[in-house]
Amino acid sequence: MTDIDKSDTLIPDEGLAPVSTAVPGAGVAEELTTPPRSQWRDVWDQFKTHKGAMIGAILFIFIVAGVYLGPYLWSIDPTQIDIRSRNQGPSWAHPFGTDQLGRDILARMMSGGQTSVSVGITAMLLALFLGSLIGVLAGFFKRLDGPLMRLTDLFLALPLLPLLLVMMLLFREPLSAAFGLERGIFILIVCAIGITSWMPTARIVRGDVLAIKEREFVLAARSIGTSNSQIITRHILPNVLSPIMVSATLGIATAIITESALSFLGLGFPPDFPTWGRLLFDGVDYLQQYPERVFWPGLAISLTVLSVNYLGDGLRDALDPRIRGR
Amino acid sequence: MLNFTVRRLVLAVPTLLFISLVIFLLLELAPGDPMAQVPLTVPPEVKEKMREALGLGQPMHIRFWKWIVQFFWIEPQVLIDHMFGTTFSEGDLRVISWQTRSPVMDIVVQRIPQTLWVVGTAYVVAILIALPIGIYSAYRQYSWFDQMGTFVSMVGFSVPPFFSGVLVIVIFSVQLGWFPSIYDTTHVVNSWDSFVVQLKQMIMPVMVLALQITAQLSRFMRASMLDNLNQDYVRTARAKGLSEYTVVMVHVLRNSMIPVVTVIALGIPAIFGGAIITEQVFKVNGIGQLLIGAIQANDLPMVQTLTFIFAVLIVLFNLIADVLYGILDPRIRYD
Repeated sequence: MTDIDKSDTLIPDEGLAPVSTAVPGAGVAEELTTPPRSQWRDVWDQFKTHKGAMIGAILFIFIVAGVYLGPYLWSIDPTQIDIRSRNQGPSWAHPFGTDQLGRDILARMMSGGQTSVSVGITAMLLALFLGSLIGVLAGFFKRLDGPLMRLTDLFLALPLLPLLLVMMLLFREPLSAAFGLERGIFILIVCAIGITSWMPTARIVRGDVLAIKEREFVLAARSIGTSNSQIITRHILPNVLSPIMVSATLGIATAIITESALSFLGLGFPPDFPTWGRLLFDGVDYLQQYPERVFWPGLAISLTVLSVNYLGDGLRDALDPRIRGR
Repeated sequence: MLNFTVRRLVLAVPTLLFISLVIFLLLELAPGDPMAQVPLTVPPEVKEKMREALGLGQPMHIRFWKWIVQFFWIEPQVLIDHMFGTTFSEGDLRVISWQTRSPVMDIVVQRIPQTLWVVGTAYVVAILIALPIGIYSAYRQYSWFDQMGTFVSMVGFSVPPFFSGVLVIVIFSVQLGWFPSIYDTTHVVNSWDSFVVQLKQMIMPVMVLALQITAQLSRFMRASMLDNLNQDYVRTARAKGLSEYTVVMVHVLRNSMIPVVTVIALGIPAIFGGAIITEQVFKVNGIGQLLIGAIQANDLPMVQTLTFIFAVLIVLFNLIADVLYGILDPRIRYD
């Protein structure tokens, strides 16, 4: 084993080393008898010690399962209007009560949650894709670094919430005419959130790529004639996976909050197509008589975001080799 | 230092021009006709005249140029006239709102005090709460106080203002009836009693905003303190026999404040424009509410101007934060 290889294994400061560099040093004989621990096992062991993150992960899985699988157990149609049983309090027939048109609030919470969570995840994926793409390009190709980072700075200087509101106002009608009301607004919201929230990811990824592309294993790959695109996909991307995963969790949180904020300001989904933000907005009108109508969607948003934030916190610790194993 | 400041100032100009172009184009390319509300009985040639009166007749680049001139040349003149009683801007066309047919800037000036009062107070309160929390939780890392602080700031991150605002309205104005749920901007403070009323109506919006800002700032303060507490110079200071108070509050705190001060500076543009949701919840008729109203009424000049003011503030305070960083930390000075 050469010196270069050894120094590579001794410095554990890269996020997720490729398998080739994760093999323990060959000098010690007894280490060879125990099978090498995989990277992900270490990450999982560290993750388990973070109590808040575990609770967050369980809660998030529970919420996602609840909104997607819940409708199979609770089969009331969220749009079914039953005007005679309107404004009911909690009962066995309607655990969360009914709204001013007699629609079951539990069913509406589930279907609203589906929209909110899927908007959050889709917008996060879009932002992540844009951010990683721009970050990797800027970090890897020196010529693109300047222009792309200036672009990132420009986007960071834009007043985002006002711009989001303006975009919602302006493109709502053409898009809903082109794709149908619900899908058009879904596309609009996802795109609007995606293209206004990729900048932090791009910056973090660029910084990491800049450091990684000077490492020996990239040089080695280049010396055996690996093309740029293969270096990026096989050697760079696996190593910047950990910051990307952390910003993914935080991205879900911001996307859900932004979508709810837009719905709350009346510029999100239409009223007959509930999301948590929209339900909260509708509930505000009945604040004095039925405060629980505001409480449930608000609690759902807050709990989801809280669990995702804790999850991200734990992931950040678990994926950082400097903290891991302490 | 001066060199660095000037270079950043020069760089800010193309940034601002680009942002203004983005805002202008976004609104320009959008569908929606300001004449849509005009009755169909109005003949087309009259409509054309109305269009021109709104400044819509010319091609796009001329309108962009005119808007830039109005914003950067005429409006400052109006401000100077207003302050010194001169008449530079007489006869010049200003940016006119389509809603009220009066200059946009006049309305903005009417709305700014409310925003500054509520959001500015919240910011000051948040700084006053966040700094001690951050310092103490870093000093006693992983103590129960630190765990509580982490939890509270996580909650502050996670509970959006449209929920926390509505929640405090339910608790404190509907159930307990302590505070009014609507902020009355016409209220004049001229006696002790009216001051108490003003205080009461400000508590809820200020607290809702302060919770959010505190959450971020205290995290920053804690992280920055933790970075410094393990440094060698701290051990040296302790070894010299300095009291614990001096070590933490003088040596460590001053070094830890460097990144925190810039974060505080970066948050200031949000005082002017970021509290859109909180203003909406508590019906404070400030800048944020003005923007929402203008968006709903399709009042393009107002939306353009407001969005651009926010952008100018963000760029300006980015610049100030950069310069502050250079002043506070001599290692980063660029000259």
